[in-house]
Amino acid sequence: MPERDDEEVLRLTGLRKSYNVGLPTEVEVLHGLDLSIHRHDFAALIGPSGSGKSTLLNILGLLDSPTAGELVLLGRPTRELDDEARTALRASALGFVFQFHHLIPAFTALENVMMPLMIAQGRPSRQTVEVAQQLLHQVGLGDFTARRPDELSGGQQQRVAIARALVTRPALLLADEPTGNLDTHTAAEVFELFRRFNREFGCAVLLVTHDPRLSDTCDRVIRLVDGAIVEDTRRSS
Amino acid sequence: MWIESTIAMRFLREGRTQTLLIVTGISVGVAVIVFITALIQGLQNNIVARTLGTQAHIRVEPPDETNRLAPLPDGTLRLVLETRRAQRLRSINNWQQVQATLDAHPDVVAVSPLVSGPAFALRGNARESVAVVGMDPPRYQRIIPLGEDIVAGQLRVGAGDALIGRALADNLGAGVGDKFRLEAGDDRTAQLNVAGIFELGVRELDERYVYLDLKQAQSLLDLPGGVTVIDLTVRDIFGADAVAGRIGALTGLKAESWMQTNTQLMNALRSQSLSTSMISFFVAVSVAFGIASVLSISVVQRTRQIGILRAMGTRQKQMLKVFLVQGAVLGLFGSAIGSMAGYGLVWVFNTLGPGLFEVPLSPTLVLAAVALATVTGTLAAAIPARRAARLDPVVAIRHA
Repeated sequence: MPERDDEEVLRLTGLRKSYNVGLPTEVEVLHGLDLSIHRHDFAALIGPSGSGKSTLLNILGLLDSPTAGELVLLGRPTRELDDEARTALRASALGFVFQFHHLIPAFTALENVMMPLMIAQGRPSRQTVEVAQQLLHQVGLGDFTARRPDELSGGQQQRVAIARALVTRPALLLADEPTGNLDTHTAAEVFELFRRFNREFGCAVLLVTHDPRLSDTCDRVIRLVDGAIVEDTRRSS
Repeated sequence: MWIESTIAMRFLREGRTQTLLIVTGISVGVAVIVFITALIQGLQNNIVARTLGTQAHIRVEPPDETNRLAPLPDGTLRLVLETRRAQRLRSINNWQQVQATLDAHPDVVAVSPLVSGPAFALRGNARESVAVVGMDPPRYQRIIPLGEDIVAGQLRVGAGDALIGRALADNLGAGVGDKFRLEAGDDRTAQLNVAGIFELGVRELDERYVYLDLKQAQSLLDLPGGVTVIDLTVRDIFGADAVAGRIGALTGLKAESWMQTNTQLMNALRSQSLSTSMISFFVAVSVAFGIASVLSISVVQRTRQIGILRAMGTRQKQMLKVFLVQGAVLGLFGSAIGSMAGYGLVWVFNTLGPGLFEVPLSPTLVLAAVALATVTGTLAAAIPARRAARLDPVVAIRHA
């Protein structure tokens, strides 16, 4: 049961997603999902390939829209939002970490971390710079602020990406195979970072993973098979 | 706009080779436009200056004499068999008043009344048909700088003195100080002294013009106190047509601009300008295609980055601007360098070229070229920019 102060960040009701709508090849990949995510959740989304994990993650991230059903993010229904409003909500409420770090090569580590704020606010204020430096410090890259992505290792790049995802203080952090590209040791470190930010910032984390060792340590495991949630278990950490 | 420009500049700097190549391409294009435009401008200035060196911008003459027909009552049809009237040499009515009006006209810089008519020049056995031009030297010189064309003797008319062209002097076998006779028909003749010989550089004129002062020409042509033509110089030579129209309406006289008299030349100048515009247009088009293709490639190369930027909150409009700014910056830099190169070419032409005429280079031309290229760059970037803005972030992020 969620605690009292554990506010609901996201709610899905009857979510369906089809591709090739209206064509003979129409195929439904998500069949009426209901899901609720709370601020203190540290959840793993698992399931075999092709089960619809990525599609679900894209919909949760407002990158893709559902065919039917409603997604309520921070109390706001998102169905009717236009691209501008979706983009704004996405930028303020959500953080993304992808399997391949996806930093912008032309900018330094610090600039990459500040990017979401620079996009929203323009030229970074001193406060923005401090927040970003602080985050880089927290992910253990305090000395690498001026490096370009290609001067960093894979694990370091992923840590920069995590700092970037957190710079807007999102309510929900979505991570798609965030450690899939890293060796075991680095993966554990990165995973630990998610844990820490979940506790310290009160930022809900939902991560897609194939790695049972990672999902086993999560507080909540959501298993998706053939576009339906077949398991949603919580355990106290 | 800060973040859009920053991302745009970083993208351009990151794709250094591409940026350098396309900037070079734009520079070459703009240099060609600047140089060709300046060259043609110089050429045209030169041709116009030469043409107007021997003729007035506007020539005001009495209107042609026509048969006047009595007005008819409405509903009547009339058949007219008309013998057109011969145009005799006539004076402009009240020419002093017309001259005063034109002197005060704001578009007119110089006014010179002339008496002009046909005559024969005789010396020994030589008999040449000539055009007698009676003029007032100070006024006439402001229309045609005759003083600069005197090759022998001096510019002096009146009291039996006349100026004749080099070719006529050769035909008559006359030198400065020699006498010759003018016959204007009806037994009006004058004995004249060659005070000076001019060479306008146009054979027709050097063979035919005989300059006298107003009074002597008037009595020779039997137009006491009259003038047949008023020559004008206007402030804006290419506005001469319009000014001529206004003066014609104002005075009721026939006012003809140099542009009407030289339709062939005007046609030539116009087609020349047209071909310059065509060259500029097609160079601009190929520059635009260059910019568009480079940016299109850039959009494809950066698909994933665009997706990430969109996921991080970049709005479609911002994405659009990122690429429009790149187009504008490419145009701006390319044209700045290209203008300098064009300037250099003009300098080389003026300094080391054949030296037939001076090619002017106006700051306006350079500014226009830079503005044109910047706008072209922005427009050319529109298609790739739209593509970038419309990328689906999901697809873009998955893009390998």
